[in-house]
Amino acid sequence: MHTLEAKIRAANAAGRPALIPFLTAHFPDRAAFWTAFDELDGGADIIEIGVPFSDPVADGPVVEDASRRVLAAGFHLGDLLAELAARRERRAGSAGLVLMGYLNPFLSHGLERLAEEAAAAGVSGCIIPDLPHEEADPARAALGARGIALIPLVGPNTGEERMTLCADGAQGYVYVVSVMGVTGERAALAPRVAETMARARRAVRLPLALGFGLGRPEQLAELPPEARPDAVVFGSALLRHLDAGGSAADFLRRWR
Amino acid sequence: MNDGYFGEFGGRFVPELLMPPLLEVEAAMRDILPAPDFQEELGGLLHDYAGRETPLTHCPALSGELGFDLWLKREDLLHTGAHKINNTLGQALLARRMGKRALIAETGAGQHGVATAAAAARLGLDCAVYMGAEDVERQSANVRRMRLLGAEVHAVESGSRTLKDAINAALREWIARQEDTHYCFGTAAGPHPFPLLVREFQSVIGRETRAQMLGHAGRLPSAVVACVGGGSNAIGMFHPFVADAGVRLVGVEAGGSGEPGCLNCASINRGRPGVLHGSRSLLLQTEDGQIEPSGSISAGLDYPGVGPEHAFLRQTGRARYDIITDAEALDALGRLCRAEGILPALESSHALAWVFAHAGEFAPGDQVVVNLSGRGDKDMDIIEAALAAGEAQHAHA
Repeated sequence: MHTLEAKIRAANAAGRPALIPFLTAHFPDRAAFWTAFDELDGGADIIEIGVPFSDPVADGPVVEDASRRVLAAGFHLGDLLAELAARRERRAGSAGLVLMGYLNPFLSHGLERLAEEAAAAGVSGCIIPDLPHEEADPARAALGARGIALIPLVGPNTGEERMTLCADGAQGYVYVVSVMGVTGERAALAPRVAETMARARRAVRLPLALGFGLGRPEQLAELPPEARPDAVVFGSALLRHLDAGGSAADFLRRWR
Repeated sequence: MNDGYFGEFGGRFVPELLMPPLLEVEAAMRDILPAPDFQEELGGLLHDYAGRETPLTHCPALSGELGFDLWLKREDLLHTGAHKINNTLGQALLARRMGKRALIAETGAGQHGVATAAAAARLGLDCAVYMGAEDVERQSANVRRMRLLGAEVHAVESGSRTLKDAINAALREWIARQEDTHYCFGTAAGPHPFPLLVREFQSVIGRETRAQMLGHAGRLPSAVVACVGGGSNAIGMFHPFVADAGVRLVGVEAGGSGEPGCLNCASINRGRPGVLHGSRSLLLQTEDGQIEPSGSISAGLDYPGVGPEHAFLRQTGRARYDIITDAEALDALGRLCRAEGILPALESSHALAWVFAHAGEFAPGDQVVVNLSGRGDKDMDIIEAALAAGEAQHAHA
C-alpha cells in the first residue's frame, strides 16, 4: 500500500477522516511558513504544499493571491525542495507530503529532476491540476519511478466511467473536487457533493479526499454518512487564518 | 481531425472539470460543423452580415516604390473591424446548435470581445467578456461598444491585468457555467480543439486569397505575411497555402520598443517550450517556468504565448517568423495611410512593416500579400500619443 493511502487508512481506523491542510509554499513568508509546516506536521495526516505559478487557472482568489505574493518575494521550486530535504531528519512529525502545482514550473524544473529531488525531500505525491488523464503519462512515469504518486482529480461533472479511467493505476488517494468552480471555501457544500462522492465510491477503490469549498469541519456533517470522504482538504480558509496572524495549530484543532 | 497535437505542440492541459466541455466541443466540431445546413447558415452570416468576401486590394503606389506587387487582404473591412468576426460567428452558431444559451470570451484589445458580443446579439445568446483591467483602461472605446452590444464586461484585476489573466478568468468562469455556456475562444491557441476550431473558421481568409490571387494574377502569391499574437489571422491565412511549397509563409511578432530586454511578444523567437492556457507551445517565461509579462504598442498582439501550430510551423521550417518593433509598425501605418488611403490596425501594421523591412528579398513580378487583419480606428488614441511622443523626442534630439 502506498504511504499516502496508509496515512489515510490509519486515520480512518482511528474513527476520523484524515486531515490534509494545504499551504502555499513560503506563505505568508518563509519563516511563518515553516512554523506552520512544523505545527501541521505534528497533527495533520498529509500536508499539501502549493507550488506557486503565475497563472493558476484552477485557483480562487485566496490561493492565487498567496501565489502572487510568494512569487514576488522570489520563490524558487529548487529552494523549497532543498529546504524540505534539509529538514527531513529533524521533522516535527511524520505527515505525508504532497506537492500541488501547475505543470509548467514542474516542466521547467524537469520531471525526472523533480521526481529525484522531491523523493529526496520526503515527498510522496504530486497533484497537478492542469494535467488531465490524457496528458499524464510522462509525469506519471517520471514520478512513479521514484515512488511518488500522481494524485488524480475528479469532480461533479466526471462520469463514473471517466472516474474509473482517471483512477486507473493511480496510487495514494483520489482528490474529489466538491464544486464546479475554483479553490476557496463556500458557505455550504454544493448539493451535488453527495452524488459525486457516491459515484466516486463506486468507481474508485482508493481513499477519497474531498476538497475545494471546505472551510469548516461542520460542513462534513451536512453529508449523509455514506457520502463522507476518507480525507478532507482545506486550503483557502487556512491561508486566510495564517495571513491574519493565526496559528496553524489552532486552526487544525478545530478539525480534529 | 488530429489528436490535438501539431508535432510536439498542442494538447489539452486543463483541469479535469474542463475535460467534459472540451470533449463536447470536439464532438460538436465533428458532428455539427461539417453538416451542409450548418455550413450554409454560416456562409450566409459571413456574406450578408459580416461582409465577406473581402477584397484583395492591389497597392499601386507602394508596389511602384517597392518594385514588386503588394496586395492587401482586406479583413479590416469586415463588420466590427477585424478578422475576429469570422471565428465568433462560427463559434456562436456552433454554440447555439449545441443548445447553449450564452457565450463567454476573453479579449485583449477588445476586438474579439466586440466580435463575440456582436455575434451573440445577432444569434440571440447572452454574452460575458473578460478583459484585463489594464486593457479596459487603454481600450475604453471597445469596452463601450461591447456594452452597447449587450455584453457584460468584467475587468480582471488579477496577475498582470492583461489578456493572459483574462483567459484565466474566462476558463475559471467556464468551469462554473459549462452546462449552458460555450467559451468562445478568440485565437488559435488554448486547449484542443480550439486551435483547430479557430483555424477552421479563419481559413476562409486564405481560401479567398488563394482564389483571388489566381484570378488577378493567374498564379499563387510569392509570400503571404501576417502578424502573430496568438496567431488566428495568420493561421487563417497560412493554412490553405501550407501544401504550396512555393508560397512563403511569414509570421510577424511584436518586438515592443526594440531596446535590449524590453517587454515584447516574440514568444516564437524568444520563448521556449512550456504549457500555458491548455496547450504546449512556445512561451515567454522565466527559468523557473513562471510566465513573463508581454508588451507591445499593439494590444492585440500582447500575449506571452502563441498558438501551437505556429510553434510547429516554425520548428518544421515551413513558416518563418520575424520581429517588428513598435516604431517600425507605426511608420508602416503612416506610410499606408498616405500612399493608399487605408488606416490599418497597429497589429496588421507589423505585417506591413515586415514587407518594407524585407523588400530586398523580393524581385519584380513577385506577388506579396499582407493580411490586413483589422482597421486602425480603434487605435487612434495610441497612434496620436505615440506620434506626439516621437515628435517630442525628435525635437529634443
